[in-house]
Formats: sequence, C-alpha cells, structure tokens
Amino acid sequence: MSASQLSTKHLLGIKYITKEDIELIFKTATEFKDVINRPIKKVPSLRDVTVANVFFENSTRTRISFELAERRLSADVVNFAASSSSVSKGETLLDTVNNILAMKVDMVVMRHPAPGAHHFLSKHIDANIINAGDGTHEHPTQALLDAFSIQEKLGIVAGKNVVIVGDILHSRVALSNIFCLQKLGANVMVCGPSTLIPKHIEALGVRVEHDIKKALQWCDVANVLRIQLERQDIKYIPSLREYALYFGVNKKLLDTLDKEIVIMHPGPINRGVEITSDVADSSQSIILDQVENGVAIRMAVLYLLASKKA
Amino acid sequence: MSPDMKQGRLIVSEERFALTIKRLCHHVLENHLHPEDLCIIGIQERGVFLAERLQVQLIDMLRGKPFHYGKLDITFYRDDFRRRDTPLKASTTEIDFLIENKNVLLIDDVLYTGRTVHAAMAAIQDFGRPNKIELLCMVDRRFNRHFPIKADYAGIAVDALDEAYVRVRWKELTGTDEVLLFSGQTD
Repeated sequence: MSASQLSTKHLLGIKYITKEDIELIFKTATEFKDVINRPIKKVPSLRDVTVANVFFENSTRTRISFELAERRLSADVVNFAASSSSVSKGETLLDTVNNILAMKVDMVVMRHPAPGAHHFLSKHIDANIINAGDGTHEHPTQALLDAFSIQEKLGIVAGKNVVIVGDILHSRVALSNIFCLQKLGANVMVCGPSTLIPKHIEALGVRVEHDIKKALQWCDVANVLRIQLERQDIKYIPSLREYALYFGVNKKLLDTLDKEIVIMHPGPINRGVEITSDVADSSQSIILDQVENGVAIRMAVLYLLASKKA
Repeated sequence: MSPDMKQGRLIVSEERFALTIKRLCHHVLENHLHPEDLCIIGIQERGVFLAERLQVQLIDMLRGKPFHYGKLDITFYRDDFRRRDTPLKASTTEIDFLIENKNVLLIDDVLYTGRTVHAAMAAIQDFGRPNKIELLCMVDRRFNRHFPIKADYAGIAVDALDEAYVRVRWKELTGTDEVLLFSGQTD
C-alpha cells in the first residue's frame, strides 16, 4: 500500500521530499486533472484555508497557475507583490510574512530571489510553506509538473534518458529537475556552453555534454531552458545569436536524429534563441501539456500539504 | 484484520445477501420504468462493490436495455478534511455520460451519519443538474444520522447504538458476501 500523506509539511525543494511523496503527488494530480476538465472545475476541499501568494520576484505563469489551483480548491487567496509593498520601505522578510500571518493565513506560496529564504522562514513560522522559486536554488513544483508530463507522455519516468539544455548555472528549474528525475529513476544529462554548466555538477550523478547533437541523440526527452539574461551579471556567452547557432534546438537538428524525442520547455520561450517555432509548436512538443499539468500538480501539492495540519 | 473482528454477529448471510440484491433491483426497476434515464453511481470505495453487483443483476433483468453506470469519488468534497487524524486518499471518478435531467441513483454500502451522501450530492451536482437524486444502500443505520437524509432503497435496517459497528464484506475482498454487526469499535 502506498503512502497516503506527505513526509513533510512544507515543500521547500525536491531534495527534501521522498520518492513516495512524488508518487503520491502524481496520483493526486491525476485526480485533479480530471476535476479541471469537468464543466465545473472546482472542488470545495480547501474552503476553510487561506493562502497568501507572496512574490518577491516577477512571475506571470507560476503565480497564475498557483492562484488558479488555489481557487479551484475553493481556498481564499491573497496576492502580494514585493514591488507594491512595504518591502520597498525597508521591512524584513520575517516581518512581512508575520504581518500576513497575523491576518490568519494558513499557507504561504513564496517566490524569493535569495536561495534558502524558504528554509529560513520555515524555522520561524507555523504556516505551510510552498517554494515557488528561490533564486538559483530550487523550483519544486516546476520539476514535479515536468516529471508528471514525462510520465503522462511516456508512461514511466524510470530508465528514461532526459537532457536539460541551456543555462544550467542560473536555473532553479534545472536543479529541481535533476533531483526529481533522479528520485524517479531517470538518467539525467545537462548540455550547454561550459560557462553555463556549474563546476563539479557531475557530483550530482548527471552526465555533462557540450555537443547538442550528441545530447539529443542520447535522450528520450529534451527539456530546453531559457537563457536567463536577467541573472547574468557578466557575459557568459558571446551573443544570443552564437548561442542559438550552437545550442538552439531546431527542426533541422531533430530531423538528423534516428528517433522522435519529446521536447519540453518551462517557459517563457525565447523563440529563435534556445528553440525555434517549428519545434516549439510541433507534435513532439508537450509545452502546453506542461502548463495544464502545472495547475493539477499545484492543486495536489496544496491539497496534500493542507491535510498536514500546520 | 484485528482479532475482535471475528467476534461480529452475522446479520445477513450469503444466501440472503444475494436475495437482497435481487429485491433491491426489482424495487429500483419498479420506480424507473425508463431505464435509459437511470444513472447508477457507486460511491468510492465500498459503494462501488454494491453498485457493480446491481449493475450485473440489472443488465440481466433489463435484457440489453441500456442504463448508465459510473463511479464517484467524494474525497475532495468531504467536510472533515483537516479535521481528521488519518489522511484521505483520492480514488477515481468515472462518469462518462451527462447527468443533466437524468435520474441519479447513488449507491453506498452503509448509510450511517449521512455525511458521505451529503458530500456525494454536492459532488454530483458539479457534473450538472440531475432531474432527481435517489439513494440506495445495503445497510441503513437509522438511529445515527447527522443530516436529514434517508435511503430510498435499503437492504436491511439496523437499529444499533453509536458504539456498534456494521461491516459489509464483499466476496472480492474476503471471499464471502455478508453483513456483520460488532458491538465495540473495530478497525
């Protein structure tokens, strides 16, 4: 009999949850995917729960996805963006969150530029905390929905070869994906310019490849990441044009492979840079399935954490 | 299974169990002369066992006349979420027909407090507006209701104290179809 509750009351990162947790989240997400495809896409599970979405960094799709997930579970939702708040007046993180919690909030979904901000918070407050991205560290719900989408497309994650292409150095999606895929038994490779691959990443048990063609030939699934120019304080690549030339995934490149691989992208896409439109919009791409699964996965995480009383 | 499970008193034997299912089917058909509008919906998990028995019997009795059959999971609609110690686990909902203007017959094994049925009624209305919702159960524990809910069709009525416990056993799980009454808490 599989587990019926999570081993943790916060989702701080994939590193801190178990394989059984991931499987339980997937099973619950499958049921919620059924719910969000009904005429009435709502269940009353979290009707007595209030969730605060606290975003200290810009986000469109993750925030909308979380907000929809919360509303479809009938939770009360408050949104908080750092740019329009007292943070700009010098308030500390703990004060900000404690003030929100004083208004009787049960769960906090937070995005913060500092890696580990959620860990700090989890030691000081009682509410359930969900990490919606902490700097270059982790983005657990993205990794869960990526792995869930692979499972949906290929039936199983274990034993599959997955390559993560692009800016691995600045990507929280990459790190969470590596932990998640490895826990589920997949083989993971990272591919990108050597300046954007962290040193000693092999220590995590991933392969490193600098030739995009070899990487694509090896894999069953390619998860293509965006070049995060906003996080790059120095020049890691000569130009976007050169990056597109050497690491861009295009139709011509895919046609040279002797198999059809699955293409994923966590968004937002820079069309023509890391991926061309004919690939992003092709039948091999499951990019929009990822977005749909995002709501179901976040509903599952919220639901399962809410049942662990804070 | 705990040892005191074995001390339960048999209130419906296997022989009577089969007859009861037959009687329930006749009773349902008596009230539903147009089975094409009838939607038999088992409530996960244990109501589905009873719903499956009824379905098999009804197919036989209706000689090919179609009716609808589905399963409903009410986990996300329960009112005791975050109030109970043991967590709830979701099952599958399979309702691949429209319930709009149809006659829904909810099936559960034991009608006790009525909370499950209350949640099931909320859940079913998210699929549309049925013409009518009815309730069929194997055991109706008449003295223990928390809501003003009653069964339209019941296999057996059991008048027992709150401390007592009624268990419907299914061939698929334990090898015999029977209903047992326990005097104390089990499980």
